[in-house]
Amino acid sequence: MDFKLSDEQRMLEETVGRLVRDTYTFDARNKILESEQGFSTDMWNQFAELGLLGVPFSEEAGGFNGGGPELMVVAEGFGRGLVVEPYLATVVLSGTLIDKLGNDAQKEQWVSAIIGGETRFALAAYEPRGRYDHTVVETSAKKDGDGYVINGEKAVVLHGDSADQLVVIARTGGDSDARDGLSAFIVDANADGVSRKGYATIDGLHAAEITLSNVKVGADALLGEEGKAIDALEASLDLALITLCAEAAGAMEVACDQTLDYIKERQQFGVPIGKFQALQHRMVEMRMELEKVRSITMLAACSLDAPADLRKKRISAAKAQVGKSGRKVAEEAIQLFGGMGMMEETAVSHYAKRIVMIDHWFGDREYHLGILETLIDVDDHAA
Amino acid sequence: MDINYTPEERAFRDEVRGFLKDKLPADISRKVKEHKRLGKEDTVRWQKILNEQGWLALHWPKEHGGTGWSPIQKHIFEEECAEAGAPTVLPFGVNMVAPVIIKFGTQEQKDYYLPRILRSDDWWCQGYSEPGAGSDLAGLKTRAVREGDHYIVNGQKTWTTLGQHANMIFCLVRTDPDAKKQEGISFLLIDMEKSEGITVRPLITLDGEHEVNEVFFDNVKVPVENLVGEENKGWTCAKYLLTFERTGIAGVGSSKAALAHLKQVAREQTVNGKPLIEEPHFRARLADVEMELMSLEMTNLRTVAAAEAGGVPGAESSFLKIMGTELRQEITDLFRRAAGPHALPFLPEELAGDFEGPYVGPEFAASVASRYFNFRKLSIFGGSNEIQKNIISKMILGL
Repeated sequence: MDFKLSDEQRMLEETVGRLVRDTYTFDARNKILESEQGFSTDMWNQFAELGLLGVPFSEEAGGFNGGGPELMVVAEGFGRGLVVEPYLATVVLSGTLIDKLGNDAQKEQWVSAIIGGETRFALAAYEPRGRYDHTVVETSAKKDGDGYVINGEKAVVLHGDSADQLVVIARTGGDSDARDGLSAFIVDANADGVSRKGYATIDGLHAAEITLSNVKVGADALLGEEGKAIDALEASLDLALITLCAEAAGAMEVACDQTLDYIKERQQFGVPIGKFQALQHRMVEMRMELEKVRSITMLAACSLDAPADLRKKRISAAKAQVGKSGRKVAEEAIQLFGGMGMMEETAVSHYAKRIVMIDHWFGDREYHLGILETLIDVDDHAA
Repeated sequence: MDINYTPEERAFRDEVRGFLKDKLPADISRKVKEHKRLGKEDTVRWQKILNEQGWLALHWPKEHGGTGWSPIQKHIFEEECAEAGAPTVLPFGVNMVAPVIIKFGTQEQKDYYLPRILRSDDWWCQGYSEPGAGSDLAGLKTRAVREGDHYIVNGQKTWTTLGQHANMIFCLVRTDPDAKKQEGISFLLIDMEKSEGITVRPLITLDGEHEVNEVFFDNVKVPVENLVGEENKGWTCAKYLLTFERTGIAGVGSSKAALAHLKQVAREQTVNGKPLIEEPHFRARLADVEMELMSLEMTNLRTVAAAEAGGVPGAESSFLKIMGTELRQEITDLFRRAAGPHALPFLPEELAGDFEGPYVGPEFAASVASRYFNFRKLSIFGGSNEIQKNIISKMILGL
């Protein structure tokens, strides 16, 4: 048992840490949020130069060959700075799915373009009726000559508004919520028949509602075998959950630090408010929730090679804990900041928003506790 | 980063498992698993078995007969013991007074007391709390006045756990009433059998059990050689004892065993003709406990690993104490709910080790309400959870 980072992991941590500290200041981030695109292309190019866009890909593909712990380290750093660039959408969700399902030609074309920072992707998986359930897919892909015609609607597609390319999950067979019959297609985001309604999300990101009507794609758009995308999709979603948990841990850490600094400084009744026991105990509870999230995120990040049931159990437990503990930390941070916590100009309010809303991406606390409930009999010996 | 045990750690775990399988008496583990009352003789019998193996003194250095184990080894051992249903070792001698004697005691004290503790010759209890000194321990008033070769002790201790069985008590006493609160305290070892003037009175807790006592001292003569460390420096010993490395403070093994038992019970109980474990509200709470336990276990392992790497777990163990006790209490609440109306019958005789039935309700239900109330103590003793928060505020947060 060893919780220390390897030399390579520590380098990765330092790289992201330096970038966020030096360039991703609160003011710089506010400027990025005001831009129409909602993220910074300059920043994206820096990610590419530093090799961050290649973290989960093999060395042959030009990547870093990273697993769960590496993604965790990067995402924690991003969480500390509330980074809004489409890393999760492009690299973690779409990139790893293409890497797993794609043939050599597809990988050569798209994984390289992702690592190099030339192409940004979004994963169009969830649908209006399915809420957090990725198996509820009514979008259809019907054979049309050599290729397919895709029709359907996708909801709250992370960075779907700005993506150059989409990975669309569509049904080529099976009932509307069957695990079998799901296929993944690469679709040009500007193709005929693709209409996107983009918007900002309350946690500083962007997303889109996407309608696909009679979108024609060639046979080379299909990733992997027809109707067999589910396992790879779930593997990419698992990576996304680990990334989100780690991002939450990073953001929660900063929210705790900023709150602690504030209650040491803010004077009322002639003393810093941190002298009051009622506030001290709330601050301790915030830190305790942070420790839980750090711990269970490590557990999830180190479980990618565990048997499927155990992996799912741990990852869902981590996401559920983030939902529960994150809410507590965010609410207490605002409470301890008092009126200042309500202000847009106060950084902690942005952390609070991101931490709370992470619960709404890819399954909230109840959704993941529901998964955990089905896995309650899976034996969990941590070591 | 690797959350799995190394091959050596795994081999050690197998060794511990093998030992428990061979040597843990079935009648004792049955009582533990079924939450029956344990007698003094059960604890002593198990301690002797552990001592024969050289595994009683977990935290002592090897030279004094301890295991010399690393933090991870201790953690593995405690986990396995909990899972196997081994009784808790009486902590007052081996885990509390002994480390103080090893650190601050004279050679004579070490030579005399340590082997006796290993052999379970003495049953130790703790004389810390007083009616007026609970969380504010340094406010203690029990007085010891030096008269020639003796101290004369007068005062009262309370919450003395299992003091009814004890022949030895270690006490914090005030030797200088004029000094500042923490500075006039001394650490005394008192023989309860040979000394005159000691009265032990039972305190019955809300679950009807006799677990704690109050101890009165009326002109009790204690030889000066029973002083540990320097006179008026007892607070140093007290603090050392309270912060002494406690890998097991989170109680992960015990909570895991309890949760496994709870699931078993929830499979057997039925609600509307279906197993309780399938009832949505119950199952949701069970899943939440499972999640919290996974977080706690990893937090505990992180602390253990930090200790293994040479770090001293100080105030971090306060986090573990709070998290661990809250979770353990939540599990006792779920047990109470699992029993339904049969949590109500209050039949202390059903908790006796030799009770053979018939039980009024399901067997597991006999202890659930009592244990729920008894376990309210977890967030009170060993430094209440609020005191733990004060410690974290000061030591970690710098508030």
